[in-house]
Formats: sequence, structure tokens, C-alpha cells
Amino acid sequence: MSDMHKLHNTKPGRVFDVINIIFLAVAAIVTLLPFIYVVAGSFATESELARRAFFIIPETFTLEAYRYIFTSEAFIRSIVITIGVTAVGTAVQLFFTFTMAYPLAKRSLRGRKLLINIVIFAMLFSGGMIPTFLVVQGLGLIDTYWALILPNAINPFNLIIIKNFFQNFSVELEESAKIDGASEIGIFWRIVLPLSKPIIATFALFYAVAIWNDFMSPLLYLNDSSKWTLQLLLRQVTISSDPNALGNLDPDYVPPAEGMKLAIIVIATLPIMTVYPFLQKHFAKGLLIGSVKG
Amino acid sequence: MKALSLQGTNKQLPKKTFVETLKQMWLRDKWLYVLLIPGILYFLVFRYAPMYGIIIAFKNYVPYLGITESIWVGFDHFTAFFSSPDFLRLLGNTLWISFLSIAIAFPAPIFLAVLLNEVRFALYKKFVQTCIYIPHFLSWTIVVGLTHLLFSINGGVIVEMVETIFGMRINFLAEPEWFRPMIILQGVWKGTGWGTIIFLAALANVSPEQYEAAIVDGAGRFRRVWHITLPAIRGTVVIMLILTMGNVLSTGFDQIFLMTNSLNRSVADVFDTYVYNVGITRGSYSYSTAVGLFKSVVGIILILTTDFIAKKVDKESGLF
Repeated sequence: MSDMHKLHNTKPGRVFDVINIIFLAVAAIVTLLPFIYVVAGSFATESELARRAFFIIPETFTLEAYRYIFTSEAFIRSIVITIGVTAVGTAVQLFFTFTMAYPLAKRSLRGRKLLINIVIFAMLFSGGMIPTFLVVQGLGLIDTYWALILPNAINPFNLIIIKNFFQNFSVELEESAKIDGASEIGIFWRIVLPLSKPIIATFALFYAVAIWNDFMSPLLYLNDSSKWTLQLLLRQVTISSDPNALGNLDPDYVPPAEGMKLAIIVIATLPIMTVYPFLQKHFAKGLLIGSVKG
Repeated sequence: MKALSLQGTNKQLPKKTFVETLKQMWLRDKWLYVLLIPGILYFLVFRYAPMYGIIIAFKNYVPYLGITESIWVGFDHFTAFFSSPDFLRLLGNTLWISFLSIAIAFPAPIFLAVLLNEVRFALYKKFVQTCIYIPHFLSWTIVVGLTHLLFSINGGVIVEMVETIFGMRINFLAEPEWFRPMIILQGVWKGTGWGTIIFLAALANVSPEQYEAAIVDGAGRFRRVWHITLPAIRGTVVIMLILTMGNVLSTGFDQIFLMTNSLNRSVADVFDTYVYNVGITRGSYSYSTAVGLFKSVVGIILILTTDFIAKKVDKESGLF
């Protein structure tokens, strides 16, 4: 590429380069600016938020907004619930997806083709919101956290990608284990899974982010506001602008109405940002191997 | 039976009965079948049972009667829906949003990918990519929450900026004519960066020699983009466009639902949010299931048709 650079050092080319670099910088800034503003604002006082429309460094640094949301029982509860549901949900969904993907990767398995077609048809067509709701209701899962986990236990796209991964798995290794007398479950548990750690980690992230961000399932299945996840509380605070969403312990205390919106967005974004470097790496790969064929 | 055992001793592969084949299969693969149990149960309960539940679209579902006992009404709910003013309004709203995103949000990542491809400093390219992928991972709740902060009529940055520049105070979040632009804007902000990945992947396959040869031949920057870069992603663009067309009725629930309020409802309602409002909020299960079924059936027809076209365009592509 450097030869190319030398070859092409014409003036219009350089002008284009400069414009291009500036344009992309603008694109990057436009993407990041809302976050920078939200983070800065979450540390600012209410009066500053009211006075200045935009800033990236607060004049007076305060933790008032965080102090307020972290004393809110509703907030702490929703955080604990969301972390719990994400942790358990990810484990359950990984279990369902990997146990199904492994047998489906065995080309000699009778009924494999039929099962794969069942999976693919479920990608194309679904019962829809209401019939699924009625099934969840019929199972007595309304207002339970299982309703946020089980209906999404297997993402068919993930299942097919993992199946394709297992299809490329070393047959010799499994054969040698079989000669040593290991059962299929033994092979799966002791040989295949330990060697699949990177792909397990990748899909753990896929599922964890999906559960953390899930808005529709809690909206549909949780009526009891004491069971709300962070996404529902986030809507109540930032979109519905409900000043009492987080509760008010002291009638004389005026909560930081603007600051708490910013702070709660920061908190909800934080875990995503923490795993973002891994996400970027793995999701990009996942997207590219994401063929349904095989 | 006798014939079978005779053949068995002959070592000629015996013609087994179906039951025997099953038995042998089971002995060989029983643990694999055991592993399949949770997955199969999942698909039966959470994917296929709801498909069975679709029959309530043709019944008057009453919860205490259950699905089987509720009375059949044939296509009543469908005719009611198609003859109600809601139908055309929903269809119009949905198609408007899809049309605008195909016109604006679809080309944006192509444009950005081409620009990124022209960057010579690998580190800078990587930095820009890292920034612009971020919004993809955020929930719509966060994106809409951010929108409410920035576009708030009470001191939102953008409202203030627009007022300073144009002298107008616009309530972007409440005025119906601003609903669609806001949806598209959010879509562009959230999806453009991530959307570049598939095009950049296609561009990674172009050998640098092609560009070098073009330079030797005296081709300028724009001619190289026109004759090398764009042809290299043409196939991907066509496929992506066709697949996007297959999804015109799926506008995404979360974003529209969260952006809807009492002031913009007339332009905001789309099929998915309508099903929620009528079905879950008002409890018209059968009617809303009929609406959802209409959307799913049209959706599956569109996807299969566009997939068929995609395969005609390029044999390697297509979903299945």
C-alpha cells in the first residue's frame, strides 16, 4: 500500500484524503458526542444542566445524581434483577443451544435433516406476539423471570452457526475418544466443550447482550413493577420522564430530575462498553460466518 | 424373521425392518438423542405451540374456554381488519418508514464503507470503525432515551441549536411530521457503522494490485472508486437490498413503540405496535393474532420471493 501511496501523491488525491479524514472524524464524533455529553452531564449539578445546553466538562463536579439513583430501592432492585437474569439466562440459553447444536452437526444422525428444517422454518415463520404470549401465560410464567429467558432459549441463527462450527470439529479426536470407550455425552462434555471455549465465550456474549438489552420480553411478561428490569426502568425515567419512577424517600428532598436520567443511561450502557472490545472482535467474525447453509 | 436371520448369517447386509433400524440407530446414537431433548422441547413449546395458537385468529378466543372450545368465526377478524381504516393507515405508516430507510439508511453504510476503504492509515481506519460500531450494541431504550435528552423541548441541545440557527423552536418528539425523520435519523445513527462491515468484507477481497494497475494506467481517485471499488461491492449491495426489501413489513417493535406518544400516534402505529396495543393492552387476542398472521404471511412470501431473486442474481447468495 505504501508504494501506492508514493505513486499517487497528486494534489487532488491529497485534497480528497484530507476531506475524507475530516468527514470520518465527524462521523466518529457524531457517534460519540451523545455519550460524552451524557457522561459529563451525569456529573453536573441540576442548575448547570438547566443553564447550559451542551458541555463536555462540567463546571461543578457532583455525584448527586449517582448518589440519588443508588439510594433508590427501585433502581438497585432492577440492577440486581437484570444482572441475575442476564447471568442465569446466558447459562440456560448456552446450555439449550450447545446441546442441540452438537448432535445436529453429526451427519450420520437419523432425523437430522428434519430437525434442521424445523429450525429453519422457525426462523422464517413464527406464531407471533399474541400466541407466544398465550403460551407463556399458559405455562404460568407471567411475572416470573423465566419468561425473560425460556422463550428466547435458542436463537436459531446462533444454533446454525454453532452447528456449522461443530461440523468442522476434528473427527479423529472424537473417534479416538470413542475407541477409548467414552460415550457421546462424555466426548461432548470432556473433549468437545473444553476445546470450544472461544466459541462458547463468543455466544455467551451474544446472549448476555441480548438479554441485557431486551425490552420486549419484560414489557410483555412483567406486569408487576417491582420486578422490572433496567430497560423498563430506563424507559420510565428517561422517556416517560416519570419523576417518581425511582421513588422518593424524603418529601423535602428534590431529586436531580435531569441528572438521574443521564446517570441511569450511563449505568445501563456501562456493561456494554466494558465488553465492547470483545464484542467488536467476535461479532464481526460471527456476522461473517453467519451463513445458514450447511 | 427366519429369512432375516439367514440373511444375517450370510453377512450380506440384511434388509432390516423399520423397527430394527430404529433400534440400531438408537443404540448407536442414543446419547446424541438425549442431548437433543432440551432443544426439541424448546422448539415444540416456544416456537411451534405458538404456531398452533395461530388458529385463534379464526376463532373468537375466550381465555376461560381455551383454544379448542372457543367458537370458529372463519375469516371474520381478517375482514374486520381489512375493512377498518386502521389497515390502510398501518400499511401506509409501515411502508413509509421502510421506504425512507431503504432510500436513506440503506445507502449510508455503502457510502461510509467506500470512504473507509480510501483511508490509507490503518490505525485511523481502525479507530473510526471502533467508534462507529458502538451504537449497534445499545438497546433501543438507551437510543430513544438519548434522543429524548438531546431533542427535549425543555432545553435539549439540538432544539436550542435549531432555534439559534433557524429561529424556530421545533418539538421533534411530538410533532407528527417529525416522527419519520427521527426514526430514520436514529436508524442511521445506530446502524450505519455496523452496516459497513459486510461491505468492507467484500472490499477486503479486492487485491491491491488492481488499484496499483489502475494507478499506473493513470486512473484518478474517483475513477478507481467507480471502476474497482463499486463493482467489487455491487453483488453484496444487490443482495442486501433484496433482503431489505423482503423485510419491508418488519419495522422493528422496540424503536417505534418507544418513540410513539399520544401526539404522533396517527403516523407512528405500525403492524407490530398495533398488535401489542390491541392484543396485550386491550385484550383482543383473536383480532390481533389475525393482524400478526397477516404480517407474518406477507413477510414469509416477501422473504422467499426476494431470496429466489437473490439466487437468480448470484448463485452463491441467498439465505438457504
